[in-house]
Amino acid sequence: MLRRGLNRLFGGDERRVDSRTVYVGHQPCPSTQAFVPPKFCDNRIVSSKYTVWNFLPKNLFEQFRRIANFYFLIIFLVQVIVDTPTSPVTSGLPLFFVITVTAIKQGYEDWLRHKADNEVNNYPVNVLENGRRTQKESKKIKVGDIVEVLEDETFPCDLILLGSSRDDDTCFVTTASLDGESNHKTHYTVPDLESDLEVLNATIECEQPQPDLYKFVGRMHIHKDGQEPAVRSLGPENLLLKGATLKNTRVVYGVAVYTGMETKMALNYQGKSQKRSVVEKSINGFLLVYLCILLSKALVCTTLKYVWQNQRGQDEPWYNQKTQKEKEANMFLKMFTDFLSFMVLFNFIIPVSMYVTVEMQKFLGSFFITWDRDFYDREIQEGALVNTSDLNEELGQVEYVFTDKTGTLTQNNMEFIECSIDGFQYKYQDSRTELDGFCVTDGPVSKLQQKAGREKEELFLRALCLCHTVQVKEAGQGVGFADQVDGVDVASAVEQRGFIASSPDEVALVKGAMKYGFTFLGLESKSMKILNRNNKIEKYELLHVLNFDPVRRRMSVIVRSPDGETLLFCKGADSSIFPRVRQEEVERIRMHVERNATEGYRTLCVAYKRLTDEVFARVDAELREARLALQDREERLVAVYNQVEKGMNLIGATAVEDRLQEEAAETMEALQSAGIKVWVLTGDKMETAKSTCYACRLFQRSTELLELTVRTLEEGGRKRGERLHELLLDYHKRAVQDAPPPKGGVTRTWSSAAQEYGFIIDGTTLSLLLNASSDVVSSNYRSLFLQICQNCTAVLCCRMAPLQKAQIVKMVKNSKGNPITLSIGDGANDVSMILEAHVGIGIKGKEGRQAVRNSDYAIPKLKHLKKLLLAHGHLYYVRIAHLVQYFFYKNLCFILPQFLYQFFCGYSQQPLYDAAYLTMYNICFTSMPILAYSLLEQHICIEILLENATLYREVAKNAMLRWGPFLCWTLLGIFQGLLFFFGVHCLFGNSALQDNGQVFGNWSFGTIVFTILVFTVTLKLALDTRHWTWINHFVIWGSLAFYVFFSFFWGGIIWPFLKQQRLYFVFANMLSSVSAWLVIILLILLSLLPDILWAVLRKPRGPHAQQKKSAGQSNAGGPQSFSKPLLMRTLSDESNTVL
Amino acid sequence: VMASGYSAKEEDGHHSGALGPAGGAAVRSRKPDNTAFKQQRLPAWQPILTAGTVLPAFFIIGLLFIPIGIGLYVTSNNIRELQIDYTGTESSSPCFACSQNYSWNMTTPCVCSVSFSLDQPFESNVFMYYGLSNFYQNHRRYVKSRDDSQLNGNLNSLKEPSKECEPYRTNDGKPIAPCGAIANSLFNDTLALYYNDPNGTETQIQLVKRGIAWWTDKHVKFRNPVGDDSNLTAIFQGTAKPVNWQKPVYELDSDPENNGFINEDLIVWMRTAALPTFRKLYRIIEKNSSTSPTLPRGNYTLKITYNYPVRSFEGRKRMILSTISWMGGKNPFLGIAYITVGSICFFLGVVLLIIHHKYGSRSSSADLTH
Repeated sequence: MLRRGLNRLFGGDERRVDSRTVYVGHQPCPSTQAFVPPKFCDNRIVSSKYTVWNFLPKNLFEQFRRIANFYFLIIFLVQVIVDTPTSPVTSGLPLFFVITVTAIKQGYEDWLRHKADNEVNNYPVNVLENGRRTQKESKKIKVGDIVEVLEDETFPCDLILLGSSRDDDTCFVTTASLDGESNHKTHYTVPDLESDLEVLNATIECEQPQPDLYKFVGRMHIHKDGQEPAVRSLGPENLLLKGATLKNTRVVYGVAVYTGMETKMALNYQGKSQKRSVVEKSINGFLLVYLCILLSKALVCTTLKYVWQNQRGQDEPWYNQKTQKEKEANMFLKMFTDFLSFMVLFNFIIPVSMYVTVEMQKFLGSFFITWDRDFYDREIQEGALVNTSDLNEELGQVEYVFTDKTGTLTQNNMEFIECSIDGFQYKYQDSRTELDGFCVTDGPVSKLQQKAGREKEELFLRALCLCHTVQVKEAGQGVGFADQVDGVDVASAVEQRGFIASSPDEVALVKGAMKYGFTFLGLESKSMKILNRNNKIEKYELLHVLNFDPVRRRMSVIVRSPDGETLLFCKGADSSIFPRVRQEEVERIRMHVERNATEGYRTLCVAYKRLTDEVFARVDAELREARLALQDREERLVAVYNQVEKGMNLIGATAVEDRLQEEAAETMEALQSAGIKVWVLTGDKMETAKSTCYACRLFQRSTELLELTVRTLEEGGRKRGERLHELLLDYHKRAVQDAPPPKGGVTRTWSSAAQEYGFIIDGTTLSLLLNASSDVVSSNYRSLFLQICQNCTAVLCCRMAPLQKAQIVKMVKNSKGNPITLSIGDGANDVSMILEAHVGIGIKGKEGRQAVRNSDYAIPKLKHLKKLLLAHGHLYYVRIAHLVQYFFYKNLCFILPQFLYQFFCGYSQQPLYDAAYLTMYNICFTSMPILAYSLLEQHICIEILLENATLYREVAKNAMLRWGPFLCWTLLGIFQGLLFFFGVHCLFGNSALQDNGQVFGNWSFGTIVFTILVFTVTLKLALDTRHWTWINHFVIWGSLAFYVFFSFFWGGIIWPFLKQQRLYFVFANMLSSVSAWLVIILLILLSLLPDILWAVLRKPRGPHAQQKKSAGQSNAGGPQSFSKPLLMRTLSDESNTVL
Repeated sequence: VMASGYSAKEEDGHHSGALGPAGGAAVRSRKPDNTAFKQQRLPAWQPILTAGTVLPAFFIIGLLFIPIGIGLYVTSNNIRELQIDYTGTESSSPCFACSQNYSWNMTTPCVCSVSFSLDQPFESNVFMYYGLSNFYQNHRRYVKSRDDSQLNGNLNSLKEPSKECEPYRTNDGKPIAPCGAIANSLFNDTLALYYNDPNGTETQIQLVKRGIAWWTDKHVKFRNPVGDDSNLTAIFQGTAKPVNWQKPVYELDSDPENNGFINEDLIVWMRTAALPTFRKLYRIIEKNSSTSPTLPRGNYTLKITYNYPVRSFEGRKRMILSTISWMGGKNPFLGIAYITVGSICFFLGVVLLIIHHKYGSRSSSADLTH
């Protein structure tokens, strides 16, 4: 739908003019001057990215396009080219590792794609060539080939259906693999074709390939000897898409129009746009800071080096002569290489391993969502699904939740509740006893104790039976259980008969009519059969279906009754029906409709119109003409529809109940107390949506509703624009100016003193608001609107078209402060907002799988959102934030001593640590504990997070990755770095540190600093760990032990491949010195002192106190605390005010 | 140190179905496994740092560190150390003449002597160090200018030293052994110590030159090359001496166990110092009897064969006599640091105690008020 809208917006017209001509069966047509076989691509599908030949260069190119990898490549190259203090291995090895692992992973994935491609490309297909059936490999199909497809086979390319084995020239397909909708769709052969395809001489003119699955415009010219070519229009109903599967039909023949990469499936096969999380932006910000630190360090060192060298005898003392090459080198070139050398020396401050660890953390961490049994739904037998692991932490940052209503807040499990015919209410009670007593059943609210006439009743029921696109699933023709699981056609087989429809409302209505005695038997060769109350079969000839679309919000059928009357039945939303019927009829029904809507039912109005023969003939001609149009076909069709659906007679209205999802109210309440603003975006009517909001406790009784809808706009009787302006200002005054500043207190108070506001807006008003006369006014309105909305606890947007949903999300997303948005929905109409929001969540609901496919995360039920955000999101955020800060911190205090050392070694780029330590620090010694932490940490355990939704606010607004905490971490890193270096420096005032008088050298110095460093950063993490599982113990103590073991090992052997045995027995000698031990212990303790103090002195925060509290509580009455969170909150509020 | 609550969370009572072949297809549904790990329910220890738990730790650290610090400080103070700067840049200095008339190819060594007196006797073994200042042994160009493989006795490296040794790699086309800037700049002053008896006689004090290098360096890392001939001179045939050396490497010492690459003076020098001001162990004066001190109170003369030029880079040369304790040489830093940290901890402990005592009663409700 989004795409359709976009096409309309961005004038895809130029492309549509550009059409292709297909010669059916490659037969030259007589009329054209010369037969030039057009060139189209073959039917080979290439989803793989690489071939054997281009894998290496292409993959490397793609990997080095990432800024981080590129940076490390540059560092590596500098090390190779320039004489640098550390060998290229130190940065080359990690980089090589990262690149290789990624390349192997991508290569493997591509190999799988190659395999799948080959399977598809080599699939044998029957092609009719000159009347003979030959078998070809799928990849050899050319445009124009006539292809034979058998039942349960998938179509090898996009085909125009020419012939079917079914009598009614139709075939059934499922498009489960394309859009996930597993219902059977009917496709039609091109009308009035010869059955003998060999002699068929035709050309097809159709638009160039485009990705919209539901759109196709074409025209077929059939040439017969000596006659003017006959023209047939082709639409999506004639097009069989590659990837769809033929069902319930023995065999079909079709001509290939789009092949290979030009098929709609291939055009739709493209990666979704990458969403980047806020954390990543923070990382990039910090990275920039560290890059500046790095550059300034290198600059400072280079400058000082040259200042120092200018002193007498320092540049080249007799004991340390330069080589000939160094003497001859250009001064400026030397300065530059010195600068690069310093860069290389300090480059560890930006570690490769952070990227690896972050990626691993995200990838592995996302498994916890899929593994969570709380997300498992018994009904659909599935758990949660993670489509991207990039956004895990974003789940902990959500400020706005945009939710769809139908299927998300509600179950989308429709049940026919009541109807109103001609102003009389009929409530269906029990079918068994009063099947015949429809007439007698009394509506308690009806004004008059009088019934509509039998005639009206039957007309209404017939309308329900006829005006839909439901298919009857023939009993016995096993569709298989698997299809039903998907939820589209759960309609239980009443009388061994199931109904299949794309919308559950329609099934509910048809079933409702069945309860009242009118049974829809099915569509057979263009005639709909109805079993009426007298068990007689009525046959209606289906002349036209005026399809439903969300803009018109109604659909119609034109049928010819058995009496020969031509009737138009229309059903749709009240707002779209009422203006099109006679007004005196409206009033009688409106009351019922509104009452039903306030009770949370979905209402539809049903109208009909008798068409005279002349009128019908005109309409018929117009419709056919519009359908044949190659350009603007849809617009023209809609125009005709709108013209026909006028002046109708309202017969009645229906009410269908859509029950709330399990725990919908609790979930919404939890989200609200977590400080998340919930907006409901629905296509439904206002009253229905409002009542759902009340039911979900999004609106409380005390909530003051600010309504900005067509109704309120028209109240004043003035122009809408003026009224809109006035209302906006008024609401703004009430909700924003008069309200106490929302961030005044520590948290939002829940006491009754503060008035809560709810805001309601509808689609019409929204578009009025957004498309105001001038840009200035529009942006002014927009900001007013946003400000009002931000001060409301809940916002309801009803009557939204899918694109408007996305518009709203976009508007909020781009508003001040760039809040994190989350969209949750289950249907195709939510896809646009799911794609638009920072985090898109799909519900594995009943309306197909479109939403799930386009989402970032999919969950079976709405109630799972609570745990997903409050527990998983919160934890992921805390974990990754800590991970990022810790990484920067540990590399800062790693590199700072090395920087300080330059001041004592003549700015000669002498590394403080051995190359092995430089390389291994981030890879082995300190990486595993933080990875384990970032996967397992629960600073507050899950149960408490779920019980106290307010805890979510503690991490709101990227709390742990803002500049404040970053500064704290950086200062800690600087403090520790200084301490490590100068502590050991003081110790080395006398380097005789052993009891045998022998002295330590520079490598001992570095090793002592490094030992303190490794222990300090690991123990610092240990201090931060609140959740010690055996894995944490193992990894933390294990990596310390590994460090000690490695140091012994590394220093214990004369390594033949090393040029210098720098560390030979350095570590062991260090341990034999008591002074070294003492200084190590002292400095570790002193470095950790600020942390310990901080942990003790910071104001004791809620979680721990609550932890204890709730521990006591859960013993007493665990479930109670769950069911009455509101009460608890008010209680704690009171204590709040008392103290 | 930490208050700990060991909360082993219990797993859900029921296991995921009957895990057996019978349950087969049904159990292998997409329902996630009910393992503690996958459900993030691993039993965990959840330590919480609070004032109450950290307080005793602070006091313990304080009470532990202050005595240690005092012990260290006293130990350091008990170490006798004497430093004599003999650079000779000042005209009053006895080595002034030597330092001024310096040239590399001097035939007669310049000898100067410095007299000093010890006010207190040096007990036990006394260690003699030489100290250099403003000498950048840790300069990168210098640090890497060595060939460990050559020093380890590798014959190939002996003939073909590593490129890192440039510009001290070859001399007149012959490979230098030992190559590199470090070896080339070997400290070559000779220090001799004389005790001036009150009766006027001057007795030379026995200086031991073994045991000044790390054992592993002496026995594993540094090795003389082994050839057909056991004679070192023959093995080093075809190599050149480092340009600034007066003697080739095989003539460093008469003792075959201290000659060539395993000469301990060379080994000590090859362990590059961490900072530009450093000391290196030169000789050991061993305790000779249990009754008399190693270096009794009195006057001494230090005779220096002045070979090593430091004036060009404004360096200083020192001779250091020091006794050694279990913690090494004299360094008050550790003692002071321990006393300081101990005091800080103790002080913090007191402050925290006051805070805890004063506000502790309300700390449980603190989270509600704020």
